This record gives sequence, C-alpha cells and structure tokens, in this order.
Amino acid sequence: MLGYVAVRLLSAIPVLGIVAVFVFFLLTMIPGDPAQVIAGDFASPEQVQQIRAALQLDRPLAERFVAWALRLASGDFGKSLFSGIPVAQLVGQRIEPTLMLATMTVCIAVVIAVPLGLVAAYKPGGWVARVSMTIAVLGFSLPVFIVAYLLVYPFALGLRWFPVQGYVPLSQGLWACVHSLTLPALALSLLYIALIARVTRAAVLEVLREDYVRTAHAKGLAERRVLVRHVLRNAAVPVVTVVGIGFAALLGGVVVTETIFSIPGLGRLTADSILRRDYPVVQALILLFSTVYVVVNLGVDLIYAAIDPRIRY
Amino acid sequence: MAATEGSIALATTATPVSALAALRRRPLFLICVGIVAAFALLALIVPFLPVDPAVLNPLRRLRAPSMLEPFGTDHVGRSVLARTLWGTQISLGVGLAVAALTTLAGVSIGLLAGYIRALDMVLMRVMDAVMAVPAILLAIALVALIGAGPIVIVAAISMPEIPRMARTVRAGVLVLRELAFVEAATICGGRLSTILLRHILPSVAGPVLVQATYVFAAAMILEAILSFLGAGTPPDVASWGNMMAEGRQYLEIAPWILVFPAIALTILVLAINVIGDELRDMLDPENAR
Repeated sequence: MLGYVAVRLLSAIPVLGIVAVFVFFLLTMIPGDPAQVIAGDFASPEQVQQIRAALQLDRPLAERFVAWALRLASGDFGKSLFSGIPVAQLVGQRIEPTLMLATMTVCIAVVIAVPLGLVAAYKPGGWVARVSMTIAVLGFSLPVFIVAYLLVYPFALGLRWFPVQGYVPLSQGLWACVHSLTLPALALSLLYIALIARVTRAAVLEVLREDYVRTAHAKGLAERRVLVRHVLRNAAVPVVTVVGIGFAALLGGVVVTETIFSIPGLGRLTADSILRRDYPVVQALILLFSTVYVVVNLGVDLIYAAIDPRIRY
Repeated sequence: MAATEGSIALATTATPVSALAALRRRPLFLICVGIVAAFALLALIVPFLPVDPAVLNPLRRLRAPSMLEPFGTDHVGRSVLARTLWGTQISLGVGLAVAALTTLAGVSIGLLAGYIRALDMVLMRVMDAVMAVPAILLAIALVALIGAGPIVIVAAISMPEIPRMARTVRAGVLVLRELAFVEAATICGGRLSTILLRHILPSVAGPVLVQATYVFAAAMILEAILSFLGAGTPPDVASWGNMMAEGRQYLEIAPWILVFPAIALTILVLAINVIGDELRDMLDPENAR
C-alpha cells in the first residue's frame, strides 16, 4: 500500500512539472514585448521598465526559467504586478469561499446524481429514468452562466429566497455562508450531476447483469439491501473515478460562477488576474488548480482500495 | 461523455440497408440532425438576408419584442434577431473548426502513442498535464495573453479537448495492435503509416466520431463562456457569447437580449449532444439488434 502511494506520488511529479514548464512558457507566447503588453496601452515607459525588471525579461530565457523554478521550489511565487501584494498572501485570502463552494457543489452533485443514476438503471423507462437522462443531456448543453441566470431569476429576483450575488464568510456563521452559496453551488453542480448520473447509470446497468446480483435476489434479500450493498458498492469504482475526473470541470466552472455571483474566491481572482494580465498570479493559480486536480485524483485512486477489497496495491 | 473511452466498435453497422433501418428506429436522432441542419442553413444564408447586426438605432434602444422587432432591441438599439442570426455563423464555425483541429491532433497523438511504445510514456504524460489544467482556465489564459484572433480562439478551445480524443484513440489502438489482422499487416512488411492509417484508423473511427461530436458541442459552450468573461471574440462581433455578456447588465429591464442567444445556443448544443449520444448507442456492438 505504502509503496503504491509512493509510486503514485512520484508519477504526479512529471505531470506537475510539465504544467509548470507550460505555465512558464505561456509568457513567451505573448507576441511582441511582453512587458509592454502586460502594462497595457496607457502605461508610461517607467511602468513598462518596472514590469520588465519584475519579470526579469532582460535575462536569457534559460537563466530565467531556472531562477523561477528554484524560487517556486522554495515556495516563493513572486508579487502581484497589479497590487504588489505577495502572490501567496493574495491566494491565501481567497481560498475559503472557493473551498466552501467546491465542497457544497460536490455534496449536492453526489447526493442528487447517485440516486438518480441508480434508479434510472434499476427502473429503465420510468419517470426517474427519463428525468435523470434529461438532466444528463441538459447538464452538458447549458453553459454554467445560463444555469446561473435560470436560478437567479426565480429564486433571487422573484421569490427573494437567496441573494443575487455576494458571499458571507464562514466567520459569520455556517448557515449564513451556506445560504449565500446555495445558488452558485446549484448552478455549478448541474454539469457535475449530469456527469455522475450518467456514469452511475452505466455502472449500475453493468452490475445488475452480474450473477451475484441474481444470487442475492434468489436468497430473498430485500430489494433495497441488494441495491445498496451489492449493486451500488460494486458500481462505486467508476462513480468515484468520474467524481475525480470531473473535478477539473468543477474548478473551471468556479471561475465563471464566482464571476457571475461576485464571490471573492480563487475563481474570481483568476478571471480578474488573467484580464489584468497579472502574470505571476495567473502562473500560481494555474499551478494551484492543477495540483489540486492531481491530488484529488490521487486520493480517488486510494479510495478504490477502501471500496473494493479486490483492489490491493 | 467519458464512456466512449476504450469502447471499440469492431463490428460497426455492416450494410447500408441495416444502417438505414437503424436510423428509422431513432426518430430523436433524425430530429436533432434536422435541427443542426437548419442552423447550418441559417448560417449559410444569413449574409443574403435583410438583417444587419451592426446598425445602431439609439432612438429604439431596449425595446421589448414586437411585430417589427420579433426579438427586441439591445442597449444601443441593434436588432437582437439580426445579431442572433449572425451569431449562428460564429458558434457553428468555432465548433466545426475546434472539432476538426481536435480530431486531427488527438487522432495523430493517439495513434502514435498507442502504437509506438517509446512515444507512449512521453505523449501521455503531456496529455495528463494538459488535462490537469481546467479547460476554461487554459483557454482564457491563452486568449488573454496571446490576443483574441480567430486562430488563437480555435486553438485555445481545442487544446484542452485534445487529451480526451488522444486517450480514446490510444485505448482503441492498444486493443487493435494485438489483433491478427494488424499483426499480418506488420509481417507483410506494411509501412508504419499504412498500418496506422489503413488498418487501424478505420476501426477507431466510430469512437472518434462520437468524441468529435461532443467536442463540437463543448467548443460552442466554451466559446460562449470566453466571450462572457471578456476573453473571447472581439466585443463588436455579434457572437452569442458577446450578446449574453452585454445582456447581463440589462437582465432585469431587458431580459430578451440575453434570453434569445441563450435559447439558440442551448437548442443547438443540445441537438449536437443528443446526436453524439445516439451515434454512440448505434455504434456500440452491444446495442446492435
């Protein structure tokens, strides 16, 4: 087991290494003088010079890369070009809303999608099957901002149950925080629900054909017990896998959702920084998001062993 | 969406006759093909229609839908109908270009990685790395930094979609290269390019087609999201994403600016996704009746 964890951790390093190289060279893809482009059309020559110095653009590329990688390894992500605040501090302030939003979204998605997929497979042709498959197609076809407005219009502008936008920090109470994030989390979860419901249905359909399910029925177990203990447990591996893979889409959706709902999280910071060309912040955020994705999927691999005793590392 | 990965249809529909019969059993597929064809036709004929997306009429701004202006007017008095019609071109064009580019790149990478062991490790690690960066993030970063030209937008949207296509193809190739007919071709001294393109490619064509359909749909959504975040097509272009981004500020007083492009986008993407699902079911040998 420990050996397996070590191997998986090691295999994550080249992936993150490639992301880091890519993130570094993103700057060199800017046509013309990057300092001028980042500074914008209205910048004074001094400002351009400042940015050039901050990014050390006058040094050779290889030297810059090594210096950057070394600083990164020691946890120094540089300073924001826009505000001068250290990137680590800037990112740190924004983690809480995004963490809350992501957690709520995953919880909502799993709680809704797994039963939907299960019933859709168990009673094909029933109304639950139809509803869940409609959601599964809709989830892939509606951009998250349209879903957001479909929710905001009735529930925030009409009924006024939820705020139109904004975020209440956790320090003002869990309930207030959850309340302020309900609509964003619902909007963000639709794509995730579609993804998980689809895979759950396919996996359950597969397991339902197995002999041991027939055996369980034959020995007179209650329907519910067969479904939960025999079917769902064996269908869990692909479901957990897709929760991990879908995390990339979730993190991307965070960028849009936080912008729409004015949530001061990492996604909003990402969108703002990219549009401001605040290069060090963008670098750090892309690296952070990728690391989270890789770590989540590493965790998913380890969960396999817990759900499926046949899997031993 | 992920289900296409690894499912290889060796036994695709055998004859044209059975293919036609299979189509007749799938009215939903035909309806959706009809919808997409209608949008495509609109995109082709819109330059010849008497609709101009750029004509400003400040006196008639923010008018609700009426007989004269069926979709209403936006904040500078432009016709929402005209802009929605012209937006069809952008969305379909971007979707088509991204699907083509993703297929070309993904199939090439997948074939090489699946067949040549030495390349497999390197190529797939790079693909893993691309997959680890959220698609939206990757695309807006590329567009914002390099500049919003049509080529950059298509490339930026394609990039995050390539790994999934490559993995689909690679999974198929890994199965196929162990089969007798590929072995026979190798023993007969077939060139690498012949084996890959003539013997292996046709067998992975089904999953590739399904994946390309999903990419088509996903690309149109991503294009709209890019415009919505202000990193997409230049703001003066009548794309659905730009219209929705502008309509956002007027949501409470003039919802139609946002609603009509949203409906158009949803219907088109929905139809293409359903086509993908139906194609997948049709190409799946387990469903062949």
